Amino acid sequence: MAGAGIREFKRRIRSVKNTQQITKAMKMVSAAKLRRAQEAAEASRPYNETLRDTLARLAAVTFDVRHPLLAKREDVKKVGYVVITADRGLCGAYNTNIIRAANTAIENDERKIENGIVAVGRKARDFYRKRSGLDAEFINLGDNISYADAREIGQYVVNAYENEEVDEVYLIYAKFINVLRQVPTVTQLLPIEPPEKDEEEKDIVIDYLYEPSADEILLALLPRYIGSQIFNALLESKASEHGARMTAMGNATQNAGEIIDSLTLAMNKARQAAITDEILDIVGGAEALNKGGK
Amino acid sequence: MADNTYMLEVVTPERVLQSNEVSFTVVPAIDGELGVMKNHAPLVAALNIGVLRYVDAAGSEKSIAISGGFIEVLDNEGRVLAETAEHGHEIDVLRAKAARERAERRLEQRAENINYTRAEQALKRAIARLKAAGAYSD
Repeated sequence: MAGAGIREFKRRIRSVKNTQQITKAMKMVSAAKLRRAQEAAEASRPYNETLRDTLARLAAVTFDVRHPLLAKREDVKKVGYVVITADRGLCGAYNTNIIRAANTAIENDERKIENGIVAVGRKARDFYRKRSGLDAEFINLGDNISYADAREIGQYVVNAYENEEVDEVYLIYAKFINVLRQVPTVTQLLPIEPPEKDEEEKDIVIDYLYEPSADEILLALLPRYIGSQIFNALLESKASEHGARMTAMGNATQNAGEIIDSLTLAMNKARQAAITDEILDIVGGAEALNKGGK
Repeated sequence: MADNTYMLEVVTPERVLQSNEVSFTVVPAIDGELGVMKNHAPLVAALNIGVLRYVDAAGSEKSIAISGGFIEVLDNEGRVLAETAEHGHEIDVLRAKAARERAERRLEQRAENINYTRAEQALKRAIARLKAAGAYSD
């Protein structure tokens, strides 16, 4: 009977060890994927920054361009939210935090007007499908984000905006700070607010030739700016997801270790108790024999 | 080597395709091809889908297929921003040919349910890639 208790402990320890191996492997996989996601974010920086700088300069020389993507609408009837989560769970509170940030942003909008959700990632899709207001979904983007994904989302959003299905669009994603910290961020996507020039650049006016014209370049640039902003958000989200998963799996591995330790301790105690019992039995029996002999 | 060269970078959202010294670049601007040599005035130009050609410092001519974008030239530094860009020698000619045929078929059929502009763009991209790979024929 005491032996059965020990066997039960052994079984449980083995089961926790198996789980620990899985979480440890997942942590290492996430670490590798995180590195790749960070490299991708790094590789996209020259494009994003040049585009941003060019737009800032163009915005400064073309005040009078009336582009639909730039114009603030007087009568805002519906607000769109692009919510970027992961396709999978097992990454701590990562998905929950983003959805909570989205819901807070929606609730805090004092105009109390209609809103629509563009869900990127299965977790956001599943959440908003249960409630009303899911306008579009983009899922299964995988671990290697390609620019084509961002362009597709961008085209959808720009179309919806141009057809006046939505009058403002916000982007909600997790900004990657470090492995332990990912900050849910809400940024305005449409109408576009042209970025400001850098401080040191402000006074320098370079006399560019614009071919064919500054206005036309601006028109061609704006949709691409949306694409690059979404691409950037997708990359940040991917890095955040893997960072969050790494932390969550690291904690899980540690917890499994603690459970194994306490189970091992309990098992050893039980074994000791069983041995002590047996010794007491033997000693008791021997005493009895001795007494009987006298 | 020669002092008539300047820096040319070709940048896409996914990578910096190349960054090297060139002596001459021709880009497919909206209103026709545009050549850029050293000491060009500051320039920003919108680009079409097409082929960017350049002569590198060693004097050999190379091609890159780009799917539209911009070029910015300032202080002898040219930077091309394109959504996609591929070196001519990297292009999978068979795939590009297949893409071209597919796009042409779609355009010929003129079916109601196809996106006409999209098919046209796809055809332009396929032709640009074939031209860059040096495998284009009418």
